[in-house]
Amino acid sequence: MAGPLEPLFDLEEMELSFGPQHPSTHGVLRVMLRLDGEKVMEAKPIIGYLHRGTEKLFEQETFTQCIPHTDRLDYIAAPTNNQGFVLAVEKLLGITVPPRASYIRMILAELGRISSHLLWLATHAIDLGAITPFFYTFREREIILDLFEEYCGARLTLNAMRVGGVPFELPDGWVEKCSAFIDEFPSHIDEYETLLTENRIWKKRTVGIGVISAEEAIDWGLTGPPLRGSGVKWDIRKVFPYDRYDEVEFEVPIGQAGDTYDRYLVRMEEMRQSARIIRQCLDRLPEGPVMAKVPKVLRAPEGMVYASVEAPKGELGYFLVTTAKGTKPYRCHVRPPSFINLQALPEMVKGSLVADLVAVIGTLDIVLGEIDR
Amino acid sequence: MHGPLYDLVLLPLIKIVVVLAAVLLIVAYLTFFERKLLSYMQVRIGPNRVGPRGWLQPIADGLKLFVKEDLVPGQAEKFVFLLAPVLIMAPALVMFSVIPFGPELWITDINIALLFILGVSSIGVYGVILGGWSSNSKFSLMGGLRSAAQMVSYEVPMGFAIVSVLLMARTLSLVGIVEAQKAAHLWYIVPGILAFGIYFICGVAETNRNPFDLPEAESELVAGFHTEYSGMKFAFFYLGEYTNMLVVSSLATIMFFGGWLRPFPNVAWLSFLDVIPPLVWFLAKVGFFIFVYIWFRGTFPRYRFDQLMAVGWKWLIPLSLVNLFVIGLGVLLLKG
Repeated sequence: MAGPLEPLFDLEEMELSFGPQHPSTHGVLRVMLRLDGEKVMEAKPIIGYLHRGTEKLFEQETFTQCIPHTDRLDYIAAPTNNQGFVLAVEKLLGITVPPRASYIRMILAELGRISSHLLWLATHAIDLGAITPFFYTFREREIILDLFEEYCGARLTLNAMRVGGVPFELPDGWVEKCSAFIDEFPSHIDEYETLLTENRIWKKRTVGIGVISAEEAIDWGLTGPPLRGSGVKWDIRKVFPYDRYDEVEFEVPIGQAGDTYDRYLVRMEEMRQSARIIRQCLDRLPEGPVMAKVPKVLRAPEGMVYASVEAPKGELGYFLVTTAKGTKPYRCHVRPPSFINLQALPEMVKGSLVADLVAVIGTLDIVLGEIDR
Repeated sequence: MHGPLYDLVLLPLIKIVVVLAAVLLIVAYLTFFERKLLSYMQVRIGPNRVGPRGWLQPIADGLKLFVKEDLVPGQAEKFVFLLAPVLIMAPALVMFSVIPFGPELWITDINIALLFILGVSSIGVYGVILGGWSSNSKFSLMGGLRSAAQMVSYEVPMGFAIVSVLLMARTLSLVGIVEAQKAAHLWYIVPGILAFGIYFICGVAETNRNPFDLPEAESELVAGFHTEYSGMKFAFFYLGEYTNMLVVSSLATIMFFGGWLRPFPNVAWLSFLDVIPPLVWFLAKVGFFIFVYIWFRGTFPRYRFDQLMAVGWKWLIPLSLVNLFVIGLGVLLLKG
């Protein structure tokens, strides 16, 4: 009898709850998988395990009191979170930040970017089975966290920026320490690359995995390295320069294929460019105050404002609505890059294997604090 | 001068106890060795709190696992669940019965030793599959399935690589293989470099080590087939893995690196090397392969499942066949 072959036994699809407690979901992400053998037929991210109602909390607090809450969004890179929020409030109130404060902000933000990318590299490599880069990246991350600690007393939740500037002057010797680190850091990036970039297995695991084309990436609203990996030159620091980013020189690295490997290369180059920005900032650090003259109690005019920064994970935006003479935001919406980048996950892993799912979660570089807010 | 009771019962028993104790002690300290070595590769110090320089760490680990609650998941298939760790550990230890550590230093020398090892090592696969299946956990099941496919695939090229040694030595006895290398004035690594490469890659895959550690790929399958195991049962899987590493390294030493022989065993002016006893030569060579194992772990990412199968079927099996053909031809031409 001609016809399609009937399977001898029922081929069942397996439902697998991947997370929220799983070593490589980077926090408490849960992915409901429908598997055919090891092949992913459907992947559905389920979020909300880390929801704290941060946006609602903003409504109860004065503008200054909001800043510590922003630390806890993307807790890997607190400086950019602070920066986005204070920029939004400054835009609303029309405050000009003194140049020295701007430069200190940029140094902190770029150190935060390096630290975030180092953590991404560490966990991404571990997800793909390479355990050694983890310890090398943490060696350097430790120095960055020490620099943060010396500046503001905290290592992760920095609370290091204020509306109108930064709260502290740089401590004595900080510039030299930071400078020494920035000088040697590019050689450490070379070390990581020795372990991974030309490694055959690493290439096999990342080239052509989780491909997303430039058009799709734009349609999904991806930002940051996932967008640039697909070849779109879009970096908030370049297209809508904030603070003093228009005064420093840096390149925006882009990939071509839009696969995991290109995103890896993009992030590696971004670390080099960040180091370059910090170098320039340290060299031209202007003298002057670190805080603008701002009233003790910040009162906003009635209005709406959106300000965004290029966070390590992509475009981080704050949308504030205020009432006349309000000391608190009437409403605050955060546009977290991870949340929007994560939406592309089901498309990127459809039809690939479980091992690729891990690679794609790693390459999107999500952080659940920011997704669930 | 002794009665048959001594020759047939007492002496073998003493040998078994000595070898077993030595192997278990070595295996326990292998875990320590691995942790220390990996630490140095990874710019950290490693265990250094328990005892002088951390030397008592394996004992502490063992004690901790031993006093842990003996847990069986409620939904597990209890008998099989308990059997699986034994199926891993027992064959791994049994294999040491035929491995010669030095001249006259073996429990037994049987004329089918290689075949015996291939057979017994295959039983270990059941431990992994049954452990994965009986846990009644999806992650364990996937780990078990992966290892079934992986171990079966990699046994084929491994078998071919071993056959090429067999062709050269014309014996299956491990003692015979070492003596044949002495007689041939040549370690088999020279003609069998390809066979050795294939054998060692397969050996790494058979023992589920990096970069072929898919059955227990932590970042994908939590802990693979032993996700649900804890306490002493987990210790069995853990120690079983290291025992298997030891077996694979010992076999590599015996088949390709002249077992307990010193380098160039027939070059007279190197005879000062005989100061070092044969057992030490053997252990040093085995130690080197263990080091390579750990080195791999510190260096490589993990293959994906389909890539692993592709490496096995598309590369190793054809290569091992070519190797077998070349060695067969060589043996035929040289020995007639």
